Amino acid sequence: MSMSSVAGRITLLSIISSSGARVSCSSLTTASYSSHARMPSTLPCTLSVSGSDMRPLIGFTVSSIMAARAPSVLKQASRLASKSSLPATPRPSVPALLRVAAPSARSSCGRSYVTETRRDNAQVQVETAIRLDRKELERSGLTVSGQDGSTTHVSPMADVLRRATVMDEGQRPIYLDMQATTPLDPRVLDAMLPYYTGVFGNPHSRTHAYGWESEKAVEEAREHIATLIGADSKEIIFTSGATESNNMSIKGVARFFGRSGKKKHIITSQTEHKCVLDSCRHLQDEGFEVTYLPVNNKGLIDLEQLKAAIRPETALVSIMAVNNEIGVIQPLEEIGKICRENKVFFHTDAAQAVGKIPMDVNAMNIDLMSISSHKIYGPKGIGACYVRRRPRVRLDPIISGGGQERGLRSGTLAPALVVGFGEACRIAKQELEYDSKRIKFLSDRLLNGLLAMEHTQQNGDPEHFYPGCVNVSFAYVEGESLLMALKDVALSSGSACTSASLEPSYVLRALGNSDESAHSSIRFGIGRFTTEQEIDYVLKAVTERVGFLRELSPLWELVQEGVDLNTIEWTQH
Amino acid sequence: MSALQTAARPESAQKVLSLYRQLLRQGNQFAAYNFREYAKRRTRDAFRENKSVEDPRRIQELMQKGLQDLQMLKRQTMISQFYQQDRLVVEGGISGKDQEGHGEITRQKDTGWD
Repeated sequence: MSMSSVAGRITLLSIISSSGARVSCSSLTTASYSSHARMPSTLPCTLSVSGSDMRPLIGFTVSSIMAARAPSVLKQASRLASKSSLPATPRPSVPALLRVAAPSARSSCGRSYVTETRRDNAQVQVETAIRLDRKELERSGLTVSGQDGSTTHVSPMADVLRRATVMDEGQRPIYLDMQATTPLDPRVLDAMLPYYTGVFGNPHSRTHAYGWESEKAVEEAREHIATLIGADSKEIIFTSGATESNNMSIKGVARFFGRSGKKKHIITSQTEHKCVLDSCRHLQDEGFEVTYLPVNNKGLIDLEQLKAAIRPETALVSIMAVNNEIGVIQPLEEIGKICRENKVFFHTDAAQAVGKIPMDVNAMNIDLMSISSHKIYGPKGIGACYVRRRPRVRLDPIISGGGQERGLRSGTLAPALVVGFGEACRIAKQELEYDSKRIKFLSDRLLNGLLAMEHTQQNGDPEHFYPGCVNVSFAYVEGESLLMALKDVALSSGSACTSASLEPSYVLRALGNSDESAHSSIRFGIGRFTTEQEIDYVLKAVTERVGFLRELSPLWELVQEGVDLNTIEWTQH
Repeated sequence: MSALQTAARPESAQKVLSLYRQLLRQGNQFAAYNFREYAKRRTRDAFRENKSVEDPRRIQELMQKGLQDLQMLKRQTMISQFYQQDRLVVEGGISGKDQEGHGEITRQKDTGWD
């Protein structure tokens, strides 16, 4: 079949659509787009013309056009569009009526939508290259149709283009930031929905059935949370999240026991979450003394230093269970034992640990614990604080009011969120074994792939870390620029709270990493819904783009030449 | 999302297989890629894990759980289809190219990075 008949067929489509009939072209194959020399002898089109009063509408179900890449689809399609405007002599089989359409499309030729990329050393692999912005493509499609007053003859092609680019592939990045937050599990949403639609009673209303049913659900959820951490349900206090729980525990204990003036000392570590460190700083302003324990280069605290730091006037020790940036698991059992021996309260921020590693407040001698719902596939906006009853931990409440939640956190509970939180905990307990096996498998795959690249290293203790949090340094690459280059993967270089600033992570600095190393670190968070394909895609993308960025870097060139960067004397400006 | 495979009586075995198929089919209806893959994987793994369960009472229990999960899947896949997002870059394999014929796409939500 010659090119002219292709032109004829394309104009055929345009004519039919412009005359207001509906064309559905159900199996226009890729071959018809990608071959420029020869077209299949018959384009398998099923034309169903349904009524001439319909608006111009072409329903192309181009099923397998995705085989081609977005830019190349565009290029080919534009080539086709320009070819269609060749002074073609249509075959006699094409009705004369169609011939008119051919010249009017001419003005659209010579316009290409994609500029050619130049080949040089730092070449981005096209396969996983950052996706072309769809907006731009749409704009280019529109310009074609807008060029020659009458849009009708060209618009079908533009329409095909638009659809082809939209259908080509998704643009939503892969989510690998499970330490920041996790998606809401559909099972959790299913448990929550009744409390958003029908059951709306105030769980503290004791006088009617609306209150009772809400209260029953809340107590059930409390039971699930308590079971997950091996506590009694009366020891669970609902808060708005782990930040509030941390504030409540640290400030509450300190203020209650600091009143007498004897217990005015708090111990914490340098790698704690910002909300713990900030609460401690506030207490320092109020006249408390705070010891910030250093960590070793693997992120673990030294138990001997902890023992030495405990004084008779120490009120509280606050050490996080799993670090949010490097995933290091602190030896909670040993810390709990030391605290119990010295009759000091032990608070742990377990937002990243609960539901991911086995936790037991009694085995670990934990007196206060902060839990967050949205880190375990629950809803955002709710968390809990475990407050031990025997021996009793007394707190000074931050929020006072109606005396709900044992008077420690007044305010009406949100039954839907509480139920979602409870369900998330129930599922976490039920799936703990399955999920950890799966996450370990994915994490090993990712870590092995990343560490196989040269000049990469894992941050934190490779033995004692939660496998769902992988923090890797890529030497000679700026972390922020790598994040920018990895637009199709949602990643972070540290905690979400500090992701707006360009400061290097204070956690990595506490580990003794250099500024450069801290700047070049990326955190990968793996969760319940991460798939193997995603890990493989990320590995491929990271490998390519790290290589790309290193090719751009003069430092990398020096390193390749064997120059030790520490011996260079940089001139100051 | 779990149940089991074998059962003492043949008609029960058929019921279990039917439930397995229904769970897989329903799980495949999730519009969100991650949930879809998880539902399929979890169903498969749960059935494999419990394939050697012999106790009829336990089989009954697991069947009940599976049926409940099927109801939940029916509701949640529908919700997932109401609130569709743009497709993930990885859908369609490692290259991110969508090779399957999924029919027409209307998911055009902007992810908002520009």
